[in-house]
Amino acid sequence: MGDVLNFRDSAPASETPVALAAFLGASNATAVRIEPGEDARALLAHLDRLSLVEVTFPAFGDGRGYSAARILREAGYTGELRASGDVLVDQLLAMRRVGFDTLVPNAPLDPAIVETTLSRFADVYQKAVDGRTPIWAKRYEEA
Amino acid sequence: MYLYDKYDQAMVDARVEEFRDQARRRLAGELTEDQFKPLRLMNGLYLQLHAYMLRVAVPYGTLSGRQMRMLGHIAHKYDKDYGHFTTRQNIQYNWIKLEDAADILADLASVEMHAIQTSGNCIRNISSDQYAGVSADEVTDPRPWAELLRQWSSFHPEFSYLPRKFKIAVIASQEDRAAMRLHDIGLELVKRDGVVGARVFVGGGMGRTPMIAPEIRDFVTEDEIISYVEACLRVYNRYGRRDNKYKARVKILVHELGKDEYRRQVEEEFAHMKTLGLDPPVAELDRIRTYFADPAYETGIADTVDRSDPDFAVWLDQNVAAHKQPGYAIATISLKPVGGIPGDASSDQIKLMADLAERYSLDELRVTHAQNIVLPYVKKADLYALWQELDAAGLAPANLDLITDIIACPGLDYCSLANARSIPVAQKIANRFADIGRQQELGELKLKISGCINACGHHHAGHIGILGVDRKGTENYQLLLGGSGAEDASLGQITGPGFDENGIVDAIETVTNLYLRERSEGERFLDTYRRLGMAPFKEAIYG
Amino acid sequence: MKLLTGNDLASGDVIWWTGNGWSRHVGDAVDVADNGDALLASESAARRVNAAYIIDADATAAGPLPTHIKERIRASGPTVRTDLAINPEIEIVKA
Repeated sequence: MGDVLNFRDSAPASETPVALAAFLGASNATAVRIEPGEDARALLAHLDRLSLVEVTFPAFGDGRGYSAARILREAGYTGELRASGDVLVDQLLAMRRVGFDTLVPNAPLDPAIVETTLSRFADVYQKAVDGRTPIWAKRYEEA
Repeated sequence: MYLYDKYDQAMVDARVEEFRDQARRRLAGELTEDQFKPLRLMNGLYLQLHAYMLRVAVPYGTLSGRQMRMLGHIAHKYDKDYGHFTTRQNIQYNWIKLEDAADILADLASVEMHAIQTSGNCIRNISSDQYAGVSADEVTDPRPWAELLRQWSSFHPEFSYLPRKFKIAVIASQEDRAAMRLHDIGLELVKRDGVVGARVFVGGGMGRTPMIAPEIRDFVTEDEIISYVEACLRVYNRYGRRDNKYKARVKILVHELGKDEYRRQVEEEFAHMKTLGLDPPVAELDRIRTYFADPAYETGIADTVDRSDPDFAVWLDQNVAAHKQPGYAIATISLKPVGGIPGDASSDQIKLMADLAERYSLDELRVTHAQNIVLPYVKKADLYALWQELDAAGLAPANLDLITDIIACPGLDYCSLANARSIPVAQKIANRFADIGRQQELGELKLKISGCINACGHHHAGHIGILGVDRKGTENYQLLLGGSGAEDASLGQITGPGFDENGIVDAIETVTNLYLRERSEGERFLDTYRRLGMAPFKEAIYG
Repeated sequence: MKLLTGNDLASGDVIWWTGNGWSRHVGDAVDVADNGDALLASESAARRVNAAYIIDADATAAGPLPTHIKERIRASGPTVRTDLAINPEIEIVKA
């Protein structure tokens, strides 16, 4: 496994994720992999036995993984949610916002750029699954 | 109009710094072109036929004099002294340097402007009616909803890598002045039992497979509109086609699923999303609405206009629309001088329009999707003085909605996607029909030219449409008739084999002559075409 | 003939391979014949050109003339703003 960018408090899971079809077809696995065309909701009945869901990004332009991640977090999944593949530092903020907490990019990311990228935007416009208060809510907190 | 608060300003400022860093990494070779391309596209920077092109967002087509002046400054300082207003109410600059791009974005941010998401497979500029806020026929001003959606769509983490671009339009009248039905999502604000809500249309668009958006939901209230569009977008992001660029818009998904199945999937997602607290409180839309309140109109002022100057009277009758407020008028500045380049304005003209807005229009302008500029708050008493200044600057062609008010994409003169040039064709047509008497005789005639199938010139929605194609390395032009982007939306039909540049102008003369011979009382070209059908036109053209 | 062309990364200018460097004038362009792909790769890797590609052109008395109309317009400038043309001598519509 390449360099893991880890935003969790604990170490990343070491199990090798199994393919979704294999996982659903009677498996004891606790780690599963979702490809872009696969339905994250197929996992909803199994969330409590999963410690790792890996969502692949074979090409960064294919944004289906962002929906998959957010769906899982919306359903209450608290385990490790890993983005792997064609991930650049420029996608990092969006990935964190939709719930990814570990990343395994094809090419390692410069830690300095990771740091600046994540701290660049002080606020966010939308409510997502990262717990950040959206601007529209902040406007009324202060009022 | 909306004014940024500290949060909005911080967002655009941070975006400038993000892009500055991305451009620096590209120039230093730390990013390849393949890696940089989607990043620069999300800031509206294209590598085009001659140079980098920058598309600046004009949210729902509204801007202030100060912002317009900055657009003129950018044209002068960083470009070649002109800009092009587009069919999505934006402006684009054709000769930008990458090394200047971050500075340009910083200049824009200083006047609350940006180029965020004006390209790329993400949610684009939210467009609206150029007469919003000042037309008697609107249910409410649609722009607060557009602003709410603008903020919601900016840097949306789930929807930044969609199958393809996504365009949203919001109107609030039965008359559709924004081609709403030809957008990926179109919202028509209506009132039911005293409550304002949106009819939601999904799956419109032009391009290779033009479609008119079907209604997906008949009423969504303002406290649920964000959850609802999130649901529409999520279904699209998950299931829109990614195998073929020409089949990747949401219109294809809606068409292939059928609108009922698409609706079912959206409703299911919507039911889930409503539980997530995604919708801002109504107080937020109310806050935005305060920026769009009626200005302090003067009352008891002249409600008539002195028509004694005949040239002024011609412009008055053609380019000035009725305002909801007595004593006021809505003036359209045509950027379609005969023989000129449709939608282009020089930096001097842009700065003049900024001045005129400040003096004559309560400091506000609108960009229309027909590539013209509207001054929405002109006192009738000021119209003559305004016209004189416009006329001196070549900004007073009296041709709003006439045959020389042509929508034309930049075409092969500027665009690497194009198959044929569109601007020279527009110029030839305008020259052929230059006589204002002839134009008035023809009446309302919306002529739209695209240089390729991507249809940025909206040719499918033209009463007369022209599509440029590449016929064995030579430019060729197909003629379409009977399209409309208004509430009577229809898609133009091809007449038959295409023409060369001279042939297409002749063909247009042929069909307009037929119209003049055959029309009934009160019929526009479009109406006569719809009544007679294609056959007589085809016969007249091809014999 | 085959011409190697691309854009200058920083300025965005259209540039043409001259045999020992890059020019903004298509008149300076040389036939890259069978070496086009190799040159494209090495010049791109050296970052002396961005978004490079190879086009067909005809050798004429007036210099290389790109075969396809789009490439001729790219070599020349917008035909509706000849005041901005970089290479106004390029014939757009072949006689």
